Amino acid sequence: MKITLAHGAGGKFSADLIHEIILPAFDNEILNELHDGAKIGRLAMTTDSYVVRPIFFRGGDIGKLAVCGTVNDLSVTGAVPKFLSVGLIIEEGFDFDDLKKILRSMRAAVDESGVKIVTGDTKVVGKNQADGIFINTAGIGELIDGVEISPKKICAGMKILVSGTLGDHAATILAERHGLELPPNVKSDCAPLNKMIFEMLSIEPKIPMLRDATRGGVAAVLNEISAAAQVGILLDENKIPIRSEIRGVCDILGFDALELANEGKIIAVVPKNSAEKILAAMKKFDCGKNSAIIGEVTEKFIGKVGLKTKIGGIRIVDMPVGNLVPRIC
Amino acid sequence: MSGLIEKIEELASGKKNLRFMEVCGTHTVSIFRAGIRQILPPNVELVSGPGCPVCVTDDEYIDKAISYAKISGVIIATFGDMLKVPGSDSSLEKVSAEGADVRIIYSPLDCLKIAEENPTKKIIFLAVGFETTAPTAAATILAARSQGIKNLFFLSAQKLVPPALKMLLNDSAVRVDGFLLPGHVAVITGAEVFKFLAASYKIPSVVAGFEPEEILIALINLLRQVDENRAEVANEYRSVVKPEGNIAAKKILAQVYEEVDADWRGLGKIPKSSLKVREEFAEFDVEKILPLEVKKSARRTACRCGEVLRGIISPPQCPLFGKICRPLNAVGPCMVSVEGVCAAWFKYRGALT
Repeated sequence: MKITLAHGAGGKFSADLIHEIILPAFDNEILNELHDGAKIGRLAMTTDSYVVRPIFFRGGDIGKLAVCGTVNDLSVTGAVPKFLSVGLIIEEGFDFDDLKKILRSMRAAVDESGVKIVTGDTKVVGKNQADGIFINTAGIGELIDGVEISPKKICAGMKILVSGTLGDHAATILAERHGLELPPNVKSDCAPLNKMIFEMLSIEPKIPMLRDATRGGVAAVLNEISAAAQVGILLDENKIPIRSEIRGVCDILGFDALELANEGKIIAVVPKNSAEKILAAMKKFDCGKNSAIIGEVTEKFIGKVGLKTKIGGIRIVDMPVGNLVPRIC
Repeated sequence: MSGLIEKIEELASGKKNLRFMEVCGTHTVSIFRAGIRQILPPNVELVSGPGCPVCVTDDEYIDKAISYAKISGVIIATFGDMLKVPGSDSSLEKVSAEGADVRIIYSPLDCLKIAEENPTKKIIFLAVGFETTAPTAAATILAARSQGIKNLFFLSAQKLVPPALKMLLNDSAVRVDGFLLPGHVAVITGAEVFKFLAASYKIPSVVAGFEPEEILIALINLLRQVDENRAEVANEYRSVVKPEGNIAAKKILAQVYEEVDADWRGLGKIPKSSLKVREEFAEFDVEKILPLEVKKSARRTACRCGEVLRGIISPPQCPLFGKICRPLNAVGPCMVSVEGVCAAWFKYRGALT
């Protein structure tokens, strides 16, 4: 058997690869939890590799993505991100000016999020042995006292929040790859969310679940949450923020915005009574100005996600099986 | 919106069980995404017909594509949903992992660039689709000729919708009380090519758009025709569909392609139902330039794709559905394509109340 692109697509094949090949190789109680970030005492740690194509896209580039992705993974673990490492794998012939541009945008992103890059590594490989540049980042953060992100704390009646419009990152990249014209205001949502998340947790330390809705989009994240917490989730299509241009890209290319990767959006499950207060706080941040309450936790249809459609039907939002859109991040 | 649903309930009330068929994968998906089935009265049933181009493509074509992919120096250019379609003993995805050069494209015109960038390779475009995509494919051939591109070839299996509807209506096992006609196809063909539905078969039909409310409006039109005991080809997608269609696109089609008989999965041989590159453009026809024999498929499974594609059974009635046949381990093509009937049923399976 050989690795296919489906093994990297975040669906069932990826899960099989992780569970059958990777986990058994390292097997320990911290890794086996499979959070976005590992919790080690009062520390959180995470790592991610970035292979996006094109390297520069509207709203960001591979460097900004590499910082924001790791910062956000630490934040949704309930930590304040502190220190990052950077590994650069560069293809022979890569342009110096492009490299400088990428490093500058990494610097801007670390400054914005208040973290430091404290160690790193550089490798150069021959022509055609990589595609321009690949970046790995790892990060360490400090877990916030009194915060416990855990699906066990989720119960019926809680509200589902999203921090803005869905699908912007993946749709922008796909549109660029396929030469579809988008108006200038439509761009990748790539952004560090740690300050907004810190504010949310300050208002309500009992937020039981935060996830960044990257690969597989909101559909994947909510399905994982409903399965882990053994609850149902019902969304209201009328409340879900999606830009009309992104809807258009989805129609043309045959995607569902709920399944598209975001790089600056979180899903939060929050206690009912503090939902409006948290929402108001999110809206004060530029990265959260289009936040909305999009649904709630229910004790019906355990382990499943439903969507009340605009015409009043209710349909299932399934776990994406892993669309073949390689190198989106 | 609720007004539309009430209208449907009012028109359907007291009627026998009505079966309306959509013959476009985009309609299939839109109906599921909007949860339309759940809000219709119980006597209005929506069934899916042969509306997914990948699904109606027969095994022999897939096997041929796989055989071409294995030839060294060949680049296969294809729409993404062909990748996982199982042939007799492999798939394009599998031969790609084994080293074949298979590239996903979104428009046939992308092939021109691939051909230019790879002058020593033979680029084979898997031309699958209905009237919607065929004009762009034809335009690609014209562009390739005018640009002097010599290394681009087509493996053609493009299909025409009207002959398939005729075949369905001649099949005594198929019961349909009306058609939701495919809006995108009708943009090219025009609504008039569907006139035989009313004239020869007395079957009501409506050219429909793809938004949930457009589908409801089309259903109201069908119910009205049933209620008034008449049959016509109505057009509820008037903003984009003209009676005569897109004349320029039809002209390019006629210039490049001729209509030939073809095998459809599940429907068998249908006269004049497929588009083949004309003799004048034979240098782009891979089957002429690089002829290849594949064994007639001996694949035997309990897959009932054929009946699903004719709307005789719904996917859950197939013994394989959701058991050994799932999107990631599809036995039949209807489970592979995002627009496949089985894939849509599987994705949105189960009721939530």
